[in-house]
This record gives sequence, structure tokens and C-alpha cells, in this order.
Amino acid sequence: MKRREFLKAAVGSAAAVTCGGVAGSAEARENLKPAPEAVGMLYDSTLCVGCKACVTKCKEVNGMPPEIDGEHKAWDSARDLSGKTHNVIKVFRSGSGQNKDQMKDGYAFEKRSCMHCVDPGCVSACPVTAMRRHDLTGIITHHADVCIGCRTCMTGCPYNVPQFEYDKPFGQIQKCQMCNQAGVERIDQGQMTGCAEVCPTGATLFGKRSDLLAEAKRRLTLKEGEHYLYPRGDLANPSKPHEKAVPDYQQHVWGEKEAGGTNVMHISSIPFDKLGMPPLDERSYASISEGVQHGLYSYMALPAVALAGLTAIVRRNTVAQGDESGMDTDFEHDEKEEGQS
Amino acid sequence: MSHYSSYQAVGTKVLTKSFIFLGVIAAIGIYFMIDRFVNGMGAVSNLNGGYPWGIWVVYDVVVGTALACGGYALAITIYVFNKGQYHPLIRPAILASLLGYALGGFGALFDMGRWWQFYNILLPGNWNFNAVMLEVGLCVFTYIIVLIIEFAPVPFEKAGKAHKLKALNKVLFFFLALGVLLPTMHQSSLGSMLIVMGYKVTPLWQSLHLQPLFAILTALIMGFSVVIFEVSMGTAALGQPSEAPLLSKLTKAIVWLLSIYLLFRFGELAVRGKLGFILDANLNAFMFILETSLFVIPLMILRDEEKRKKGKQLLIAGTCLLLAGSLYRFNAFLIGYDPGPGFSYFPSAPEIMVTLGIIAIEIMAYLFIVKIFPVLHRAEQA
Ligand code: SF4
Ligand code: SF4
Ligand code: SF4
Repeated sequence: MKRREFLKAAVGSAAAVTCGGVAGSAEARENLKPAPEAVGMLYDSTLCVGCKACVTKCKEVNGMPPEIDGEHKAWDSARDLSGKTHNVIKVFRSGSGQNKDQMKDGYAFEKRSCMHCVDPGCVSACPVTAMRRHDLTGIITHHADVCIGCRTCMTGCPYNVPQFEYDKPFGQIQKCQMCNQAGVERIDQGQMTGCAEVCPTGATLFGKRSDLLAEAKRRLTLKEGEHYLYPRGDLANPSKPHEKAVPDYQQHVWGEKEAGGTNVMHISSIPFDKLGMPPLDERSYASISEGVQHGLYSYMALPAVALAGLTAIVRRNTVAQGDESGMDTDFEHDEKEEGQS
Repeated sequence: MSHYSSYQAVGTKVLTKSFIFLGVIAAIGIYFMIDRFVNGMGAVSNLNGGYPWGIWVVYDVVVGTALACGGYALAITIYVFNKGQYHPLIRPAILASLLGYALGGFGALFDMGRWWQFYNILLPGNWNFNAVMLEVGLCVFTYIIVLIIEFAPVPFEKAGKAHKLKALNKVLFFFLALGVLLPTMHQSSLGSMLIVMGYKVTPLWQSLHLQPLFAILTALIMGFSVVIFEVSMGTAALGQPSEAPLLSKLTKAIVWLLSIYLLFRFGELAVRGKLGFILDANLNAFMFILETSLFVIPLMILRDEEKRKKGKQLLIAGTCLLLAGSLYRFNAFLIGYDPGPGFSYFPSAPEIMVTLGIIAIEIMAYLFIVKIFPVLHRAEQA
């Protein structure tokens, strides 16, 4: 009687393991919501002049060496994020590349650094909780003291942000931590991020996520050609504004919703896919992954029950097969042989 | 009824020419492994910011552990479905699983960027229960220990000390049960790892909620196929008796698993409107067609009553399925993995040598052990 129930439980859970993936979809959680006091940055590509002051300041704040690219030994020439570079300015170009912020024969700048996702793939994927989202600020920090270097965070980041120091025998993961990692703590001390502080045009603006989002949306409603006083530095306490004519903005705040949203948001007059932003829906992959993962666990009826059922079945069958050990070791025979010799 | 007397060591010379050849490959692999530890991963591999995982993770862990699912597949057959007639196959299968998983675990260790801190994954205070990688890591770690316990009776028997194992004997059924549960969990999780990679996994292989189902089905298919493959190779290379009649029955399970797999696989593509990608003239479409053919050809062979009785046809089908399952995983994790413009990856020569070295070590260990220990099934006495 009991055995039959065990068998049922075990077969049921075995079936559920395989089907859990299908059924699990119903279990998936929602995207995470922004942290209550989320801070972030607004990067307005149309204001960026490509001076790379932010890159230099970032290196200074984070104690990173300049990166030398091949023969170009005369300047820091990081091409992309790496173990030595948390922040990089890239260029989009089309045709002759003469007109700023235009698609035809145009060019535009794009800042790449950690987007500080609201529902971060890196945090969700890290097995040892070395990537953490701060409860209040939503800042994503990395903690090398527990990191095992599995690089799952890199595969799980939609923006390819975390970078491993492949060139060192004892390397670690590097990424922008919004200048708030232990030993730097600019935000905790009431300062703004290094890159926002030095940005001469206000292209990189620091502030609360909600304020930045409102500012971004305001800019998108402005009339092209109108003059606007662009705040610089910290949105809550801006320095002397930068006055400039309003460009032809794309009606899209990148990071408002993408994969659950980001705390670092971008606006631009060039479509974001041209600037190298990834193809993301509103649903975060982290939420789907966690839904399936927890769905499987619960469908396995807590692996313990499955194990109890399996144990009962295996025990019955090994006994029935005259093979209690499960590996056919015949003790009597063995002892007989020993006796003979 | 006991099968004890029917296992014996092969007993031929260990240092054959092919063994020495494997030894050379292993030595080259070990040289580059040391290089990796001394000079960093970049000195040996082509890994980069967009491709953090290369063949070390994908072959050594993702594919390698699936190839090592023979013990798992047989344990289910014998102990869960009570098919005692497959006993003659269990020891070599468990041995191959043990070697495959142990070297997969070793592979994971030298692919781990901060290997000296690996113990952090064993400390419950660090566990992130949302992370699929946690489950994979812990399950694989535990399963290696379970496999060592499952295999323990063999060396004890060799030493004539099997009676010392009476205590283990009383609880081994529990480890056998664990040995069924753990691979079920971590093999399906290996698939789930693809979910959080999102758009980077090409649509033909990004099946989101179905990832665990596909992973577990391909693991089982590969597990049964590897048993067929090993036994057929043993017959050919080590002069072991033919087990074709037994094997042909195992194939029924494969036919079922394959049918379910293909049904869901194409169902997913159809429902999500992705069938069109198969017709694209690109590498992904080509790899998909190749992979699918390798799944379908064996299905044709194994469905045929006559063909599945023939040893040679069985070997062809088994080999195709091993390639198919491996290719499925390679495609999903590497060939169809695209982190965006600006990144490319192809394994470096030293990287390939490390992986070949691991495979060589595995085969050498297998050959060595079956020649010394009673692992293989002896021909029925006339
Ligand atoms: S951009 Fe990448 S590294 Fe930054 S929070 Fe998002 S997932 Fe993490
Ligand atoms: S590399 Fe480190 S931070 Fe990234 S997922 Fe692995 S353990 Fe976590
Ligand atoms: S916030 Fe700090 S670490 Fe991040 S990109 Fe700006 S300066 Fe660099």
C-alpha cells in the first residue's frame, strides 16, 4: 500500500521535473520594481561631445590603469569595457559621418558602462551572491571576496558589462559600481558619480531615478530648435546649466522599461539599436529564469519527497533483484573464495 | 541471483601503443593547464568580454556531463523500472559516469576564474537560490561523491575485501536513489542556464521555459546512447561479448524519448513562429539542420524492428545520437551564442589541447581501470 503511494509520488515528481519547464511558466515572477531610493544617471547622447573626461575620471576614481591598444601607445585607447575600463565612449557613424546626431552621413556618441538594471541578470545568475543590488539605492556592486570567477554574471548581463581580468593569474570581475564600492563610497558620502561630476556638457547627469526619468521625458516633449537650459552634475543640486538648442530626439527613454528598466537611462536622436543597444523586451530574463528555477523546485515536491519515493522504489527493486548493494557484490561468494585460498 | 562471478578484469597489457599516444596528448594538455594557472586564463584561451564561456565550460561541463549520463540512464532502467536484466551493463556505465563527471568537475575548477575561492559555493551563507548555477554546481559536486560511493564495491571486491562493505551495502540503495535524483535536477538546470542569457542565445535554441525539458531529454537520450556506444566499442576493441540483444531493448526507451523531444522541439519553434529561421542561409540554420538530422536518422533506424537488432546499425544510431546531443548543447551555448557586434570567439589551439588532454586522461583512466578491476561483464559460461 505504502509502496504504491511512494511509487506514485516518485513517478509524479519525476514527470513533474520534466514537465515542470512547461508548467513553470505559470509560476514566473514579475519583473522587480525600482529600489525605493534608486539613484542613477541620465546620459543624453545629443549633449555628449566625446571628450572622454568621464573615462579619465572613472579610471582615477577606480584606480584603473590606462589601456594601451596595440601600437597606439600615446594615449588611453580602450575600445570597450574590460578589466581595466569601467566606462567607455563609443561612436556611431554612417556614411561620411559629418553631421552630429543625424542618421544620414552622421555620427553620435554612446556611453557604455553598467546600466544598474532594476532587475539585474548578473545578480540573478551569480551562485554565490557576489553581485548585489542595494536595497535602497538599487546600485549593483560586486564583491570579489566571495566571487568564484565562474563568469555566469557575464553571460547573464544583457549589456556585456562585467569583465574578467583574463590577463592575470589571480584576476577578478570588474564593473562600474556607481562609484559606491567599499573604499570609494561617493554616493554614500553625498557626492555624485565621478563621470557625472566631470561631464562638461551635462550629457552624464546624476540623480534619483524618478527625477531623471521625469527630466528625460520633459526633454522629449521639447520642440526641436528651442533653447533649453540643460542641468549639469547632480540633478538635485545642479551646477551652472548648459544652454543649447533642442535636437530631434527619438521618442524613447532607454532604460525606462527595457528588461525591467535600468537606473542608468539614455536618450538620443539616433535609434538605440544603431548605438549598439541590445534587443530587449520589457520582460526581464532574470524573472523568467527564476520562475522556471523555482517552478522546478516546487514541482519536484521539494526534492526530499522525490528522494523518499525514489529511495523506496530503489530499495524494493534491489532486494527483488538479489542485489542489495546495487553493484552486484556477492559477499557470500567472496567469503567462500577467501576460505578456499 | 547474483552477478558477482560474471564481472572480471580484462587483464590485458595496460601500456599499449594507443595508451602511450593518449598519454602524449594528456601531457600536452597538462602543460597548457599549468600555463593557465601561472599566466592567467588569457594566456591560453580566446575567452573575452563577450564570450566568457568557451569550450572548457561547454565541452568539459555541459556536453561532458551529458556524455556521462550512462550510469544515470541505466540506474533509472534497472532500479526505478526494475529491469534487472541490464545488470551486466551497470558497472562500466557507472565507471564512465564517474570519470566523465569527475573530469567535468576538474574542468570546471580550472575554468573557474577565482578557483582558490571555490569553497565559497559550499558555504550556505553565500547561496543565491535564484541562481541556476548554484544548483548545477552543488548537484554536480554531490553527484561526483555519490558516484564514488556507487563504484566503491568494485575496488573492494578486487582487494577481496568486499565483506568490509557490509555497512555500505545496507545504505547503498539510498545513494542509488540520489544518483537518479541529482542528475535529473542538474541536467535540467544546465538547460535553464540558457534562459537568463536571453537574446544572446539564437532564437532557434532559445526556448525559455522549455529549456529544462530539452536538457533532461537530451541528457537521457545521450545516456542511453552512450551505453550502446560503450558496449559496442567494447565488443570491437576489447573483445568483449556482444550484448546486442540486451541493447536492442534499451533502444525502445530511446525511441520514446526522441519522439517526445522532437515533438516539443518543433512544436516550440512552430508556436513561437521561429520555423522560418531554419530556411535562412546562415551558419545557425545549417547547424540546426545538421543537429536535427543527427536526431532523426537514428529514430528511423531504431524504429525499424529488423535494424535495431543489428549491432552495426545500433552503433551508427548510438553515435549519431551522441553527436546530436553534443551538437545541441554546442549550438545552444556557443555556436548560436551571439553577445552582439564586436565580439567573436573560436577556441585557441592550447584551449583545444587542454580539452583533448582531459578526454585523453578520461579514456586512459577507463582503459586502465577495466583492465585491472572487475568492471566488465564476462561472457556467459557455456
Ligand atoms: S548592466 Fe549588466 S552588470 Fe550592470 S546591473 Fe545590468 S546585468 Fe548587472
Ligand atoms: S563570476 Fe563571480 S560575480 Fe560573476 S557570477 Fe560568478 S561568482 Fe558571481
Ligand atoms: S559611475 Fe563611477 S564607476 Fe561608473 S562609469 Fe561613472 S565614474 Fe565610472
